[in-house]
Amino acid sequence: MNFLIASSTEDLCELLAEDPSRQLLAGGTDFMVEVNFRHRDVSEVIAIDRIEELKQWRHDGDSVLIGSCVTYREIERGALSTLIPALAQSARTIGSPQIRNTGTIGGNLATASPAGDMIPVLLALGALVNVRSRSGVRQLQVDELITGVKTNSLREDEFIESVRVPVLRGPQEFLKVGPRNAMVISVSSLAMVTDIDKEYIGIALGSVSASPCRSTDAESFISENIDWNSMTVRSGAIDNFERLVRESASPIDDHRSSSAYRTHTIGVLGRRALLRIFRLEN
Amino acid sequence: MGIAQESNQYELTVNDSKYVISGSWLGESLLYVLRERLGLYGSKNACEQGECGSCSVMMDDVLVCSCLVLAANAEGRAIKTIESVAEGSQLSDVQEAFIDTGAIQCGFCTPGLLVTIHDFLDSNPEPEESEIKEAISGNLCRCTGYGRIVEAVQLVSIRRSGRDI
Amino acid sequence: MSLLEEGIASAAGVGISATRPDGKEKARGDFLFSNDLSAEDMLWGQTLRSPYPSAKIRKIDFSQALAIDGVHAILTADDVPGENIFGLEHPDQPVLAFDIVRYVGEPVAIVAATHPEVAKSAVDAIYVDYEQLDPLVNSQEAIEAAPIHPEGNVIRHLVINHGDPDAVGNITVEGEYEVGMQDQAFLGTESGIAFPSADGGVDLHISTQWLHSDRDQVASALNLPEDLVRVTLAGVGGAFGGREDVSMHVHLCMLALHTGRPVKMVYDRNESFLGHVHRHPAKIWFRHSADESGALVKVEAKVILDGGAYASTTSAVLANACCFSVGPYRVPNALIEGWGVRTNNPPCGAMRGFGNVQTCFAAEAQMDKLARALSMDPVELRLLNALKSGDTLITGQKITGTAPVKEVLTSLSEHPIPKGVKGDLLELPGGTGRTTDNSHVKRGIGFAASIKNLMFSEGFDDFSEARCIVVDGEVSIQSACVEVGQGFVTLVNQIVEETLGVSEAVILPVDTSIGSAGSTSASRQTWMSGGAVLKACEAVVNALILELQNENGGEYEKVGLNLVPKDGSDSISIAVALRGRNFDEHVTHRHLPTFPLDHNGQGNAHVSFAFAAHRAVVDVDQELGLVRVVEIATSQDVGRILNPVQARGQIEGGVAQGLGLALLEELVLIDGKIANANFTDYLLPTAMDTPPIEIAAFIEQPEPGAPFGAKGIGEPPVISSTPAIVAAIRDATGFELNRVPIKPEDIALNGL
Repeated sequence: MNFLIASSTEDLCELLAEDPSRQLLAGGTDFMVEVNFRHRDVSEVIAIDRIEELKQWRHDGDSVLIGSCVTYREIERGALSTLIPALAQSARTIGSPQIRNTGTIGGNLATASPAGDMIPVLLALGALVNVRSRSGVRQLQVDELITGVKTNSLREDEFIESVRVPVLRGPQEFLKVGPRNAMVISVSSLAMVTDIDKEYIGIALGSVSASPCRSTDAESFISENIDWNSMTVRSGAIDNFERLVRESASPIDDHRSSSAYRTHTIGVLGRRALLRIFRLEN
Repeated sequence: MGIAQESNQYELTVNDSKYVISGSWLGESLLYVLRERLGLYGSKNACEQGECGSCSVMMDDVLVCSCLVLAANAEGRAIKTIESVAEGSQLSDVQEAFIDTGAIQCGFCTPGLLVTIHDFLDSNPEPEESEIKEAISGNLCRCTGYGRIVEAVQLVSIRRSGRDI
Repeated sequence: MSLLEEGIASAAGVGISATRPDGKEKARGDFLFSNDLSAEDMLWGQTLRSPYPSAKIRKIDFSQALAIDGVHAILTADDVPGENIFGLEHPDQPVLAFDIVRYVGEPVAIVAATHPEVAKSAVDAIYVDYEQLDPLVNSQEAIEAAPIHPEGNVIRHLVINHGDPDAVGNITVEGEYEVGMQDQAFLGTESGIAFPSADGGVDLHISTQWLHSDRDQVASALNLPEDLVRVTLAGVGGAFGGREDVSMHVHLCMLALHTGRPVKMVYDRNESFLGHVHRHPAKIWFRHSADESGALVKVEAKVILDGGAYASTTSAVLANACCFSVGPYRVPNALIEGWGVRTNNPPCGAMRGFGNVQTCFAAEAQMDKLARALSMDPVELRLLNALKSGDTLITGQKITGTAPVKEVLTSLSEHPIPKGVKGDLLELPGGTGRTTDNSHVKRGIGFAASIKNLMFSEGFDDFSEARCIVVDGEVSIQSACVEVGQGFVTLVNQIVEETLGVSEAVILPVDTSIGSAGSTSASRQTWMSGGAVLKACEAVVNALILELQNENGGEYEKVGLNLVPKDGSDSISIAVALRGRNFDEHVTHRHLPTFPLDHNGQGNAHVSFAFAAHRAVVDVDQELGLVRVVEIATSQDVGRILNPVQARGQIEGGVAQGLGLALLEELVLIDGKIANANFTDYLLPTAMDTPPIEIAAFIEQPEPGAPFGAKGIGEPPVISSTPAIVAAIRDATGFELNRVPIKPEDIALNGL
């Protein structure tokens, strides 16, 4: 195989334009597993983890722009964790400390695993993904980027440059069910984010469908049952909310879990997240 | 095209020594190259998928699984392995504590844990037990049940602080 | 009490916490494990394995693979020089499959090449034409099903018929139980290196548990005399039973002899799961009956162990599962029927706890059920029925050694129960997933006890050889006892210090140039090889006394570590007296003979027994089915503690494996194929899953006949920790939970 190191985003654009079949190596935490077990045919590889622009993030006003090579660790522990707490919580559940030190937000998105733990949070927050090639930049919704189980809509010559993540003013939660207390692939996960000023609640689910998905019915239903001034939720709405969350899931049976358990737990996570954020109205 | 390079030969800096790697298959992991090309067998291969931590090394002062680092991409980065933890014949305090508390049985996970714990204690010198457990949650040990390992970390913390045992 | 409170021991000798002599090397990363070995001009071996659980091999074509640059050899069944069959207890497994493959992962061809990647490419390029057959994957059906092996499907059928078959108590409880397939999952995967030698033989350096068993099987397959197969222990990264069987041994030697070059092989994690035997999955039915006082009247059981495609140690595992099925209790009448069967599932064999684990899980659940039926406290019921020395087992064997079951149970039940709730979400069920608040948690407490036989049973000639060599006062010990991490090397130093007053012995390379030490398994090496080393050291002392007496005329008496002349002149320490002298004492140590079981499963089949009890405290999030083990406390019958820290290490490590079986660890089989042969999905407990382990008591009642009075301690921690955790979850939830590992959905969806 051939191996190239990209030094800048311009450089990377050129390398991909020259030969779009080249594969990108960021944190390597998925890529190298596939190489080690010969599940990936590697002929041309470009390392992108030295591109300084991709490793930066900045807070501009009501959003943060996170370079695609920003690591889970930086999101978990740094200043970002107070700006986007649910994303930090999701980062904390990914793999081991070693994995979090190298794995990247861009890699989590591009890999497009149904169990990609950051994806529900980014969906709930309404994050936008900046995708770049020599021919320019496209801005995609997360659900436009992710098209199925480990598939994405990136053209061969494109790469994820950054993710624009809204900074909301309100509590956020990320809950994840797995059989082990750490270092586990999620069986189900749920992100819930709120914006008190905009009276917004975003809910997205992981590991319960081919791609992480929004639970829009549950969002709109519960919005009508929340009092944003007192941060309370109507107690009569909880059961229906839980049902709507469950109904937005379409999980499979596999060796990690049955679909019945995934469906059951996603509803429970929805209720628990809701009741961590909102008090039950008297 | 910037400094993008096509590389069939590359140089690694491991424990402050430079090594030229040539004629290798470029898909080799850093772990494979450390072990099979440089003879640095202290980093262990137990899973090659980042689940066990046995291959943990420091790369530019960041704790990583060397099995998940493409060796060619480690060029220009400072690699520190278990072989650099002791200074000559003088074991590090964490190594000593591992022996003292009985944290070593088969010893296969030991090097990865030692690298991890050095890194952890450097940033968190007086950790809570739950912090220790989270910090080593990426290092699987099959022999000890972790009890003596957690105690070794606590012992180092105490010894470093100069508190009485 | 923690080590920090006990203080750090630095002295040696038996009974104190001596540190490992290999600790420094292991801490530095200098210790050479089997996969750290390499040689000039070495080739890499790789194995082609069956993708099917049952298939005929119509044709193997490796011409394209052989043409790949760097490929030096491709060998198949046709190339096995000797008997193409091996097996630990009974040869029934091909070295390389011929005509038929019987499990997913069965070796079909082997390759040697210049680079592991080249070898893997060659394996991919071998074409095998298979005709798939319907696999037999149900162990219960296997008893009657058409045979999948010339020797039939029932590897062993064992009946234990004890006491009065018509006896029955008024209170009866019944249950069906299942145990999933656990894996040893030692961290250092199988690996080794074989060197062809000029004499036509081969030198094999490999991680194993039993060098001589390996040697015999390799020699037979290679058609070489045993002295031309020299096996040397290479550093072992854990074993737990999974290295007792031959894996790559013959393959490596075949490739080395064929190519004339050293050949190294390392299984990756996926291949390791395919390349060694697992813990037998079990289906168990029990009926316990007792009188109104709670005294057990009769136990009936049917036990089916799935041995997979080949026998391995199924026969002995079944014997343990049946002989100790009723647990550490007096049972006057029993009818136990067991089958060890062959299926097209992966072969199963030895794993720590060896058969006792499976039935203990079920029997302890029965004891709790019985206690409920009697409205009795579960510990009280166990105390009422506890075995003691002089009691008779259901095999008719009288316990002549110590059996402090009552002491174990009492000390554990008196140990304080942890109070208070966990505050941090990370310490609650769900861990880093932050799923669970305190309001979702129910706490449960569970109790279980176990019995384990020590050493080999049923008439096996069980022995260990050791040599103590003294050259000018310097002591070397030779033994073929395999160090797998358990700390035998520490014990050797302690024994030498204890007997000769010499603080450090050289432990000679562990190889087949001395006679067998038997396997590092069955909680036997402290007794067997520790006993052999002790005897060899004592032989040196006796030889020294003789030499002194010959030189000086007078008689000497050994007092502690000194030799005291009977004429009243100054005594001399043994260590000092050894200076300037040479000795070489070679001894063999045996335990008392055992005997086969008769047709009613009766007989003095076992040597000695160790007992343990565990108490688990768990927090359960019933709605999500998530469990956090808060604490495990234990008391264990140890005979005598030889090294407190190492003993604690065995207990903590064993309990973690028992926790794994209770909650996490199972090889999931789909039509005979392992669906989770990797560490992403075969979940070992992490540090966050493993709770503090409290040792309520080491019960020290020296075992007659045991060196230093010490009982083996490695296995009991695995056996009753699993049922204790499950009992605690039952306590919290009220659910039956008759299968381990318990999956979250077994709790969360229970009754939904």
